[in-house]
Amino acid sequence: MKNKGKAYFLIPYYLWIALFVIAPVLLVVYYSLFDLDGHLTLDNYVNFFTPVYMKMMLNSFWYAFLITLFSLLVAYPAAYLLTRTKHKQLWLLLIILPTWINLLLKTYAFIGIFGTFGPVNHFFGLLGLGEQQILFTGFSFVFVSVYIFIPFMILPIFSALEELNLSLVDAARDLGASGWTTFRRVIFPLTISGVRSGCMAVFIPALSLFMITRLIAGNRVITLGTAIEQHFLVTQDWGMGSTVAVFLIVIMALFMLVTGGSRRGVRQ
Amino acid sequence: MRNKNGFANLYLVLVFAVLYAPILYLMYYSFNSGGTMHKFESFTLDYYREVLGDTRLMIIVINTLVIALLSSAIATLIAIIGALAIQRVRSRRAKNTLLSLNNVLIVSPDVIIGASFLILFTIVGIKLGFTSVLLSHVAFSVPIAVLMILPHLQEMSPTLTDAARDLGASRRDVLTKVVLPIIKPGIFSGFFMALTYSLDDFAVTFFVTGNGYSTLSVEIYSRARQGVSLSINALSTLIFLFTILLVIGYYFLNRRKNRPAGPLSEPAAEMGVPR
Repeated sequence: MKNKGKAYFLIPYYLWIALFVIAPVLLVVYYSLFDLDGHLTLDNYVNFFTPVYMKMMLNSFWYAFLITLFSLLVAYPAAYLLTRTKHKQLWLLLIILPTWINLLLKTYAFIGIFGTFGPVNHFFGLLGLGEQQILFTGFSFVFVSVYIFIPFMILPIFSALEELNLSLVDAARDLGASGWTTFRRVIFPLTISGVRSGCMAVFIPALSLFMITRLIAGNRVITLGTAIEQHFLVTQDWGMGSTVAVFLIVIMALFMLVTGGSRRGVRQ
Repeated sequence: MRNKNGFANLYLVLVFAVLYAPILYLMYYSFNSGGTMHKFESFTLDYYREVLGDTRLMIIVINTLVIALLSSAIATLIAIIGALAIQRVRSRRAKNTLLSLNNVLIVSPDVIIGASFLILFTIVGIKLGFTSVLLSHVAFSVPIAVLMILPHLQEMSPTLTDAARDLGASRRDVLTKVVLPIIKPGIFSGFFMALTYSLDDFAVTFFVTGNGYSTLSVEIYSRARQGVSLSINALSTLIFLFTILLVIGYYFLNRRKNRPAGPLSEPAAEMGVPR
């Protein structure tokens, strides 16, 4: 196509980028410089480095790390076994299907399942363990989050495994590598891009979940996401909320740099 | 070998069981007259009657559908333009920059999208409610639709447009008679992805709904915070059935459209981040 100007029809898209991609980021940074009374200040940044927020950040990271780790541990074998099944596409569809159910409904289900009289406690009772407080603990938060993220971890790993050249695996076996060595030296390195994009699809949202912490962890777990929601919608301290958001953006950018190039794993 | 296979199958069955158990659990108790999610007393359809008779809830369902359809349509339109824009850019560097900007909203956590849009709408002076929810749904659906359309545009042979131009087609004809029909499958999947994103979104909507306006997920959240109520179960059963119909529809639509690629490869790779 000739570049003879006349690209007016492209305006809506560029407008979208300016208004909804660039402007929001700038606004968040701008608002982070104001305190509750609307004075220009760096107090929010100073506050962020107090123990309260530092602890929250570490907490948030620790939980996001746990959630990513457990999702990976469950999802990798599942994805691997899925590639070996006969009706792959059908099974994959069945893995995807639960992700189409609203996240809140699935979370809500766990209020019943983990509740004081729920089936899990019933089962504990049968084992003679007695009633346990499962809801409103860190454990339930991690469990429910892992449950929700598993499909998002399985999908990219599945795609990576699908692209794996099976003759390489055969070659490794022929050359005398054990099953474990084959996995460690051949299969896993060749599917690392899938693992990376899976981790990215889990870690970043896990840092910012606030509905699961509210519903399942009962404010016992406070993540960066919970803090942002709290500041914006409850205490109306937009400045501090924005500051937390700025740090979350920075962390996210760093994380993407570290796992760099993995965007390709998601397939364009 | 046999033994290993048995173990493998067991593992998969277990994963599937865990994935579906909570959903089935919800559906099972939606028929419980006992009013709790732990002791099944007797079968009842009361909660379904309650849900279907709840005018407020029906309005919310309609709101949700209107927002989803409208925002996906607008987002797909902008995304077509966006894909064309990205395609037009010659320099590799500029193209990558544009693509990164496009992807920002896909990788951003929902709370940040929600919070920053809240600031944006407040500053611009848009009243929180229908407009703000619609705009934000359009905003976060655009990039994903672009990503669904772009590959089709890139696969298109440039000789086709050249030929059309040589044969005297106007710029407009090239677009409507050549380009758009070729990228149609991408447009459809883009629209569909936007639709599911919109229907599923909670966090962003939660930030930009004012009082009095609500979508289904926001409503579910506020009800779930008040504790167990079996009308949520009944509602979720209905949503689940609706979702299955939608998925089956999409499955067949897609299978007809692009046979070689495998029906699910596209949405599978693009499911992205939950909202």
